[in-house]
Amino acid sequence: MSVIAPKFRLGHFIKSITNDIFWIVVLITLIGIPVIFIVLFYIDLPVLDGELVTPFLAFTMLAHPELSIPLIDSFMNTDFFRIAIFPGFGFAALIAGSTIFVERKLLAKLQLRVGPFYCGKIEGILQLVGDGLKLLSKEIIIPAKADKPIFWAAPVLFVATAAAFVALIPVAPGWVVADVDVGLLAVFAVIGFFPIITVLSSWSANSKYPFIGGIRALHQMISFEIPLILSLLGVVILTGTLNLTEIVQSQTSYWWIIFLPIGAIVFFITMLAELERIPFDLPEAESEIVAGWLTEFSGMMYGLVQLGSYIKLYAFAALFVVLFLGGWNGFGVIPPTPPEIVDFGIQAGPISVDLPGIEKLTERTLNFSLINGVVWFVFKTVIVIFFILIPRGVFPRVRIDLLLHIGWYKLITLSFVNIFIALGLLYAGVLGPGGLL
Amino acid sequence: MSVPLPPGLQLEKFEEDDKIMTLNVGPQHPGSGHMRLIIRVDGDYIVSCDPDPGYVHRGEEKMAEYRNYILNIPHLERPVIHDSCNILYPYVLGVEELLGLEVPERAKYVRVIAAELNRLSYTLYWLAIYGIFLGHSTMFMWPVGDRELAIDLLDKLTGARVTHSYFVPGGIRNDFPANFEDVCIRQVNYLKKRLKTYGDIFYDNPILISRTEDTGILSREDAIRLGTTGSVLRASGVDFDVRTKEPYDAYEELDIHTNVLKKGDSYDRSKVPWLDMLESCNIIKQALEKMPKSGSVRVKLKPNPKGGDDEVYKRVESGRGSLGVYIVSRSKPEPYRLKLSVGSFRNLICLPYLLKGEKLGNMPAVYWGLNYWPVEADR
Repeated sequence: MSVIAPKFRLGHFIKSITNDIFWIVVLITLIGIPVIFIVLFYIDLPVLDGELVTPFLAFTMLAHPELSIPLIDSFMNTDFFRIAIFPGFGFAALIAGSTIFVERKLLAKLQLRVGPFYCGKIEGILQLVGDGLKLLSKEIIIPAKADKPIFWAAPVLFVATAAAFVALIPVAPGWVVADVDVGLLAVFAVIGFFPIITVLSSWSANSKYPFIGGIRALHQMISFEIPLILSLLGVVILTGTLNLTEIVQSQTSYWWIIFLPIGAIVFFITMLAELERIPFDLPEAESEIVAGWLTEFSGMMYGLVQLGSYIKLYAFAALFVVLFLGGWNGFGVIPPTPPEIVDFGIQAGPISVDLPGIEKLTERTLNFSLINGVVWFVFKTVIVIFFILIPRGVFPRVRIDLLLHIGWYKLITLSFVNIFIALGLLYAGVLGPGGLL
Repeated sequence: MSVPLPPGLQLEKFEEDDKIMTLNVGPQHPGSGHMRLIIRVDGDYIVSCDPDPGYVHRGEEKMAEYRNYILNIPHLERPVIHDSCNILYPYVLGVEELLGLEVPERAKYVRVIAAELNRLSYTLYWLAIYGIFLGHSTMFMWPVGDRELAIDLLDKLTGARVTHSYFVPGGIRNDFPANFEDVCIRQVNYLKKRLKTYGDIFYDNPILISRTEDTGILSREDAIRLGTTGSVLRASGVDFDVRTKEPYDAYEELDIHTNVLKKGDSYDRSKVPWLDMLESCNIIKQALEKMPKSGSVRVKLKPNPKGGDDEVYKRVESGRGSLGVYIVSRSKPEPYRLKLSVGSFRNLICLPYLLKGEKLGNMPAVYWGLNYWPVEADR
């Protein structure tokens, strides 16, 4: 039996709107407007030129070119912008989404295939959007025996933890959501949450394959967390700080990967294991345990877990860049804004556009150091992500006992070697006062 | 009333021991074929494994008793459509002996070429599955893509990409198409070049070696005792290949090297079919050189031919090991009884022995390393 979807008719559509419009108006006026007023009461409105910017004034300013640029400037300096858009979730989700696309095309090229091709005019660029829409429209099936609250919460928690990880990454000078003095410790704490969420979700599903997958994930993450933490101690010893921003600032002349290559390699391998990527994708091993701890997730719950794991991938790659590849440091690639644009605006033939307030924007927010830093940071992160993606086309999956053997014997030994190298550099006076830096 | 259920019907048996969990690596599990493995695990270790084939049983043997010798051809190749020439080969040889037909010399060589191309196409398909079940997605895509070369040649030769129905009693259905030799040499050379690159990315891969080496070891004695055949037997150090031990058709005149590895672990079992594929390329080139350049390829057959009061057993080397057909004829146009003895089923027998005490992570490597094709085993 097949159900034919009813055809779209404009008349019916308009009728459905007019039927509901009464209730929409009633609900907006009775609930929506009071809510807006209550929320506005608690929001600190920005002050521009000694004038309080109310929402009404903000709308007026948007239509006014002289005032809109300062408005954008003040918006970019709010906490909301940092958390939701630029160094925070939106930026990370954008990189995560493009990583999925790049991964599929790259893997296809490795395997003599085409990859996504039809969705979107150019090389299947809209495939991700299509997949997302498909996942959104799918039914969410919860196993009958599942522990429902935990099962529902797990994907959301996963994305939230990944986003918390992103919040600690400094992207450009001064551009970090949470600039904590014990940034690296906070990173370790956030990483420690992932196995808990994995085990909770797999246990709450009350199903065999997720359970085995969850136990595997627990084994893998816990045994690789120790070398992960130890491999980063070398950097901490050399810089003498746990603040990620200061760690980046300490690498203006030399990147730590030059002095601590063993630590970088150990961190990269543990990173692959923490991310459950091939060759360490045992918790999701398809041929043994169906899809591991993801088996019972369906619809957008699965989509959320995927989004979370790719945000996690970006965060780990960014952490690698911050700790070993010098973060945003690099020679200038973007020329500073020419003074004539600031003074006279853009002139193209007969047309000239004045940009009043641009000097304020370029000085305070969109300045040279931000743009240059972001360009370098994204460039380095993309390279690290590329190296994370490549093993998927080259390696098969390792076995659980070999994985634990690698984690507990080889990587821990190597990370201790790395710590001793760092100590040796410090005591020999190569680094530190009077040294190279 | 206390008749114990047969193993296939025991869906979930709760153990007294809480530690042991029963896993149904069943027909819907992505890691199995059209069959089920009832695996009991203690943590990550396999306590016992009970293979449960029979999901795709089609009664090919019974069907053969109601059709005459020619009509049996299309349906007998259904169990292994990727290796259809090889599964038809012993049947056709047997019928020829029953009917007393002499096959023309050229047809013998063409048969060898078609059989070897089929072996290539089957083994590449098997290798693709083996690769993806070890988590190596590139090793899935490359063989499936390169398999097109062999399939394209078979398409030119027989007119069908998989179920060829190419061998008939008394020869083959049709001769080479024009220009086939040149195309064949070119594509086989390219395929051989591609096969060598598999060694770099897959067989020399340190992770693959660490994963499959010393797992599921089948000793030489056990391999013989359990009656395994084909690549499983040759990986355990037994030099047995029907093509060299009991040569049939044009294999007598060809120089064939049998690939034997000593250790008998999963790695060797995965490597022997690859070496066999390289050897197949050599055999095709040899056969193309040695074959008579012209001549008939088929003897005239009476309509509805009858065999005598006789029985015959013929076997050939298929992609999965020796494949025998036993035909009993009672002076009728149909065979009185037809029995297929297939390599897949014989190799499956050693699976419980190999998996016992192994880790669950070794299950795909051991299971697919047996070169097992569920449809053929069920017949």
